[in-house]
This record gives sequence, C-alpha cells and structure tokens, in this order.
Amino acid sequence: MVSIAEHTPAPGRAGGGRLAWAFVERQTNLWKRYWAWELVWLMYGVVNTLAITFIAKQVGNEGAASSINVSKLILFLLIGTLVWAYLSAVLDDISLVVTWERWEGTIEHTLMAPVPRALHLIGMSVFGVLHAVVRTLLIFAIAVPFFSIDFGGANWLTAAVVLAAGSFSIAGLAILAGVLPLLYPERGAQMSFMVQALVLLVSGVYYQVSVLPGWLQVFSYVSPATYILDGIRGGIIDGKSVADTWRTLAALGVFGTVLIPLGIVTFMVAEQWAKKTGKLKRQG
Amino acid sequence: MLDELPLRAAGVAKTFGGGFDYGRLLPWRRDGHAPEPPRRVVDDVSFEIRRREIFGVIGANGSGKSTLIRIISTLLLPDAGEVRIFGLDVVRDTMRVRALINRVSADPSFFRNMNALENLLFFGKVYGLSGRDVREQSPRVLARLGLDWEQALEPMSHLSRGQQQKVAVARALLTSPVLMLLDEPTTGLDPRSKRDVQSFVREVREEHDATILLTTHDMEEAELLCDRIAFLSGGRIVAEGTPVELRRTIAAGRPLDEITMETVFMELTGRSVEEDEEPREVLAHG
Ligand SMILES: Nc1ncnc2c1ncn2[C@@H]1O[C@H](COP(=O)(O)OP(=O)(O)O)[C@@H](O)[C@H]1O
Ligand SMILES: [Mg+2]
Repeated sequence: MVSIAEHTPAPGRAGGGRLAWAFVERQTNLWKRYWAWELVWLMYGVVNTLAITFIAKQVGNEGAASSINVSKLILFLLIGTLVWAYLSAVLDDISLVVTWERWEGTIEHTLMAPVPRALHLIGMSVFGVLHAVVRTLLIFAIAVPFFSIDFGGANWLTAAVVLAAGSFSIAGLAILAGVLPLLYPERGAQMSFMVQALVLLVSGVYYQVSVLPGWLQVFSYVSPATYILDGIRGGIIDGKSVADTWRTLAALGVFGTVLIPLGIVTFMVAEQWAKKTGKLKRQG
Repeated sequence: MLDELPLRAAGVAKTFGGGFDYGRLLPWRRDGHAPEPPRRVVDDVSFEIRRREIFGVIGANGSGKSTLIRIISTLLLPDAGEVRIFGLDVVRDTMRVRALINRVSADPSFFRNMNALENLLFFGKVYGLSGRDVREQSPRVLARLGLDWEQALEPMSHLSRGQQQKVAVARALLTSPVLMLLDEPTTGLDPRSKRDVQSFVREVREEHDATILLTTHDMEEAELLCDRIAFLSGGRIVAEGTPVELRRTIAAGRPLDEITMETVFMELTGRSVEEDEEPREVLAHG
C-alpha cells in the first residue's frame, strides 16, 4: 500500500544529481544500441580530419610556405577539425533533445516526469560533453599518426582548461538551438542545424576570423566557439600557459554563465507555449 | 494537508488553433492557405473521481478524451477551468502533481531500441526510484502481466504491440501513482493481451491504493472495469453515472438488462461510439 503522504515529496526523494544522471544513463544505453552509427560518425570524423589537414601538406608541397609554417598550418587545421568534431557532437546531442524523443514517441512521457527541466537539460548536456570527449579523443588518436607532428611545445593543460570552460557555453548554445524543434515541430531540427552551420562559418574553425568580411567578424565575437579555438590553439601551437589565456577563459566564463541559464529559461518558456498551443505532440 | 479527492475538474475547456499565425507576416506565406479555424475540443468539462474508483470516460475517436487526459497529466494547459489532483492545481503545482500521477497512452511510447528493463530503469529513475527498486519490482509486475523476463531483455521493437503495452502498464505502476491515467490502454491489442491488461487494471485497484481514470470507446471494457462512467461527445460530458444509473435514464419502463450500453450512448449522445467525430469549428474563443 502506498499512501499519499509518502508520495507528495517525491521529486525530493532522489537528489537532483541522481535525476540528472538518469538522462546520462539513458543516453548511454541508446548510444550502445546505435553503435553502428557511432562508428559511422567516428569514421566520418577521422576522414574529415585527415582530408582537411592534408590541405596543409599540399600547401607545403607547392612551396607556398616554409616548412615551419607548414607544420603550424597542419596543427592549425588539425585543431580546427578536432574542435569542430567536438563542438558539433555536443551541439547535435543536446539540440536533438526534443527531436529525438518526438521520433521515438517518448516525449510526453519524459516531459511529464517530476524532474525539474533544468536537471533534465543538465543531464543531457553532461552526456553530450562526455560523448563528445570520447569521440574526439578517438579521432585524435587515429588521425595524429598520419602526420609527423611535434607536440613538444604544446601546453595540454591550457587546451584542456579552455575546452572544459568552453563546454558550458556550447551546452548553453545547444540548449537554445534545441528550443527550435519545440517551437517548430516540422522545421525545428533543420533550423537548429542551420545554427550549427553559422557557428562553423564565423568561429574561425579552418581559418583566422580576420579573413572574414568585417560584418561577419562581428558574429565571430559573439560565438563562444571563436574563443575556444583561440584558446586551444594558443595552448597547443604557441605553448601559452593557463595564466596567459585568462582573457579567453574569462570570456568563456561569461558566455557560460549567460548562455546556460538563458538556454534553460528559454526552453521552459517554449515548453509552456507548446503546452498552450498543443505543439508537444498531437496524435494518440 | 492534501484534499482527499483524487481528481476534481471544473469547467475545463481547450481550444486548438485560431491563434495569430506569425507565419503570415512572411510575404511568401501571406496568400497561402487560410489559418486553421479554432476548434473547441474540450468544452466545459466538470467531474470528480473518488478515492479507489475506476472512472471511465467513453467517447468516439476525436471526442476529446486524449486532450482531457493531457490536461490532467500537465502536458497541455487548459484555456479555462481548473483541474485539481488531491487538491493540487495541475497548472500551478505541476511538479507535485507529476509525482502523484502516471499515464498509459494508446501508443506504447518507448525507446524502441532499448530493452524493457532499460526503459523501466529510465522512467523509474526520473520518478525518484533507485535502480535497485526498479530491478526488484519489474520482474514481478511483468510476470503478473504475462511477460517473461527474457522478453524484458529484448529491444522493445522486437516485442508485439500487446507486449509493449504491458510494459507500458508496468512502467506506470512502478512509480506507484495515486492517480493512474489510462488513455485507451487496450485499443488495438489482441484479445489475449486485452484480457491480461484488463484483469491487471482490476487487480491494481484492489491491491494498490490507486484511483484510475480510464478512457475507452469499448463499451464492454467500460462496463467490465468502471465504477462510474461519463460519456464524452463533442468535448462535452453528456451524461455521467454508474452503468445502472445510465441505463435507468433511458429505460422508460424497459427492464435494465435488455438495454445495452451502446444503446444508452446512442440515445444520450445522438451518435455511435464507433463512429469518428468530425472536427467541429467554433467561432468564439472559450
Ligand atoms: N495538439 C493538437 N493540436 C490541434 N488539434 C488537436 C490536438 N490534439 C487533438 N486535436 C484535435 O482535437 C480533437 C480531439 O482529439 P483527441 O483529444 O485526441 O480525441 P480522442 O482521444 O477522443 O480520440 C481531434 O479532432 C484532434 O484532431
Ligand atoms: Mg485518444
């Protein structure tokens, strides 16, 4: 027999961490079942990294640059593709939070659970980040032997700290992008994909943002990815220390502090709107 | 202190469509198809469910049953009226209400490539259960529903519709809801699964301290399971009472056992429960 009194504080029965972790576990289980896709993405990531980094070799063979500059270019492009693999994995995972569950048909059952939306989204973000770390490390491990790269001067700690700090802002951005499918059941997923494409264009993934037309550079400043790439390249190519990178870290801190709460609040507002207009789901 | 009434709905209404279509601000959309006219799908619905009662909402496809269930399960906001679950308002006390209820919908809604146990683990944990709780309780509940444990370890997509629906019932029961919302739980099931689910619903009411709101368009099921029944037609509750009371309203001297529930429904609503309802437009907003 279960009494009502036992029931009322139910959301408090489990700590917030445990509720959020339920989403990490679920995504891990799903990920295991879709391992073939994971393999496809890994392959794609490796091939993409190689294909783009070989451009640097080509530049060297044409004698357009000194060998020092070629090694730098190789590193520049390698970091660009790897960081992009990382960022797009985080963006994909989190921004599909609604689309995926609509497709599975579970969205209503997930959203009616007594879990504060913030914990739900944080759980999804934690998985997104862990997933992206694993995938990117694998791509890195497979791709690096193709080039003779000297990591002698690299400051790995700086790179790791920048990536960790940057992950918050990317998660916030991804949650914002994930709101679109909630608002637009039919076109939302395409729209959040477009957001991702714009981030790719303006953040200097494969070039310095200074090559962009002035009006596009404005967007570079407001894309957290620009700062992540800058910080990681500073650490690995120029060997900058964490202390030297403080400006970038501060910028990423600000982005994270703004974007995560903004993402969560926007999601909650959009959810209310979807509940008002009947956009969550209509069949059944 | 919680109100002892599991559910009280008063003047609940829901209209879909008819809002301003922002898409029409776009030049290329301006002379596209006309915006969807507003449709009142739930119209001034009021009823109460008492403790440990199985309350049936009977209506044809399109009569507004699922919309009503969604409002109660905090998935849709009503335009008017209020729903209270043990005195808690579904709109204002959403989180506390969510902890008290669970729902079985007509479609099983699972992560199809995960197995039943993984699904139950997830849907249990988001209600605050531990992994151990779920692992301990699921085998018993699934066995009672006639599912083998081996089947619980198969991807959901390998199970039949009936088996999936049984897992859905198990999922709802696992979180010990004090109010269970069963939205056409047996629609589309094979006769055997249907009987299994029905007898389980009865057992749940006997053995657990649960109150059940069940929607169906199956009269036999309604009579078999429900203590009281409301007929929903065009989003309105047209009649409400025990099966005997409902028969009595149209009996006019005839012996009650000669009157089928189908006849009662026909006479009170003016339509057959088997016939889908056409969308009905409203001009005024509710
Ligand atoms: N989210 C929604 N948006 C617009 N119309 C809806 C939505 N949900 C249901 N409807 C419409 O409301 C009517 C009642 O639907 P529903 O509540 O699902 O009925 P039932 O469950 O009794 O078959 C139907 O005409 C349906 O098309
Ligand atoms: Mg329905």
